[in-house]
Amino acid sequence: MIREMLSQLDEIDAMLGVTKGEERRTLMERREELLIRCANLTAEQKVFLARHPRRPKIDAYIHELFTDFFEQKGDRQSREDPSVLGGIALLHGEPVTIIGHRKGTDLNENVAYNFGMPGAEGYRKAQRLMRQAEKFGRPVITFIDTPGAYPGMEAEEHGVGEAIAQCLALMSRLTVPTIAVVTGEGGSGGALALGVADRVLMLENAYYAVLTPEGFASILWKDASRRGEACEVMKLTAQDLHAYGVIDELITEPIGGAQRKPQAVFSALDEAIARHLAELKTMDIQTLRQTRYERFRQIGQ
Amino acid sequence: MALEDYGASFVMCPACSRRTTPQNWRAHLQVCPSCGAHQPISAPERLASVLDAGSFVELGEHIEGSNPLDFPGYDEKLSDLRRKTGLQDAVITGLGMIDGVKVVIGVMDSRFMMGSMGTAVGERVTLAVEYARHSGLPLVLFCASGGARMQEGIFSLMQMAKTSAAIADFSADGGLYISVLTHPTTGGMIASFASLGDITIAEPGALIGFAGPRVIEQTIGQRLPEGFQRSEFQQDHGFVDQIVQRGRMRETLSQLLRLHGYGVMHG
Ligand SMILES: [Zn+2]
Repeated sequence: MIREMLSQLDEIDAMLGVTKGEERRTLMERREELLIRCANLTAEQKVFLARHPRRPKIDAYIHELFTDFFEQKGDRQSREDPSVLGGIALLHGEPVTIIGHRKGTDLNENVAYNFGMPGAEGYRKAQRLMRQAEKFGRPVITFIDTPGAYPGMEAEEHGVGEAIAQCLALMSRLTVPTIAVVTGEGGSGGALALGVADRVLMLENAYYAVLTPEGFASILWKDASRRGEACEVMKLTAQDLHAYGVIDELITEPIGGAQRKPQAVFSALDEAIARHLAELKTMDIQTLRQTRYERFRQIGQ
Repeated sequence: MALEDYGASFVMCPACSRRTTPQNWRAHLQVCPSCGAHQPISAPERLASVLDAGSFVELGEHIEGSNPLDFPGYDEKLSDLRRKTGLQDAVITGLGMIDGVKVVIGVMDSRFMMGSMGTAVGERVTLAVEYARHSGLPLVLFCASGGARMQEGIFSLMQMAKTSAAIADFSADGGLYISVLTHPTTGGMIASFASLGDITIAEPGALIGFAGPRVIEQTIGQRLPEGFQRSEFQQDHGFVDQIVQRGRMRETLSQLLRLHGYGVMHG
């Protein structure tokens, strides 16, 4: 079980500092064994890591990769939806627009951010910020981490489906470079709404799928408990999606998941974003848009 | 399903339980002659009901779905449905005339895996939109879909991006897109091209929404009110221009085409 392996690793890491000699050697061996087992995870175990409570969230990425972040709230129509976080910041000194799903780091935050499940207003805020990015020529960097849009009454009354559709249409024609990073959960249309980008990067243990594995199992087999089986047949891991050409680059995580050594993920992602952005900035707007269109056009052609 | 039981001498309306002959159902375009309930209509019947007789030419008929994830049992399911429905997949696209005006048209068929969108639907719709864009023709799409097709996983999800991007380009070039929402238009369908029409029409009583009613009820722990996510609800909430009875669909489309300058000068 991944859960037990990870807590044993945590225990060993803590004990290594206070042990010596034979005892320490035994711990090191045990640690090595656990790491080998953690290096070969099943799809279901990866989904577990994608949802790990200590996995870095958008706040951490903003803090570590950018400076001078100015948060922009509200959709200018009816409401502020905190499950989508957005604003302007500097990336290596250059202004960019950041938009992403926001999950909390504890229960209070999770409730406040609705577990990263936006309503219509979250997606309309995203549209507002994208239009503004285009106006000021700022690249757009999105962070995807949601089980999906919120399946509630108000979301339906306010047209969450329409809001997602407008995001897809808008993103597909933006005149600025766009990079999407799937950091945790990439669940269904609610995730894709921020994913129609020039480059789609994905963390090694994130997942990206047509639906959550539970939702998939309950729709297809009327049995949400067949999640493990769903994880396997859905081909939702970064490795699968990279092989299919659905994502452009896989960002390696430390063995056992990003939460074990977040700094390693931050620097790998920082390097990748900078590299892709530099490439995209050499393209003229027409080529950029045409290439983005073709990127999605050829999937399933 | 009762309505497709052409062998029977009478079929019962699922809404009002009154009985009528199958011939009468077909003559009323699968709308109950007694209570007006709109029942699902096949794509070929739909095409016949809105297009000038004999004007339809299919586009993209060579595009067949595949099984990109090697999903167990999916190939068999596809060939079985192809045999039963005579369709290649859940949408038919092509060219046709409405009152002498040439249009690009796509019609979904909910008999084919709830009209779900996999790569075949995504590709056919995208080709139709691109054809409309390059030929300068207006575009009419009849949506009837439960959303993304699970069996094609991430490939289905990406069809939402692909079709929406095609509509966005078509729209930016000034193309007219009339989206007709019929029962059901849910999930990835309402979250992609179904919601991107210049004009949005709905048939009466259609289920239109993002999350399924059962999922919402499980999430909020209560029953949804009567009529939630139906066409009338969507119109009340500002997402539908007009609700149009199936029997008046053809004349409504014809009116909209004329209002956009098609067919006025040369009849
Ligand atoms: Zn009836």
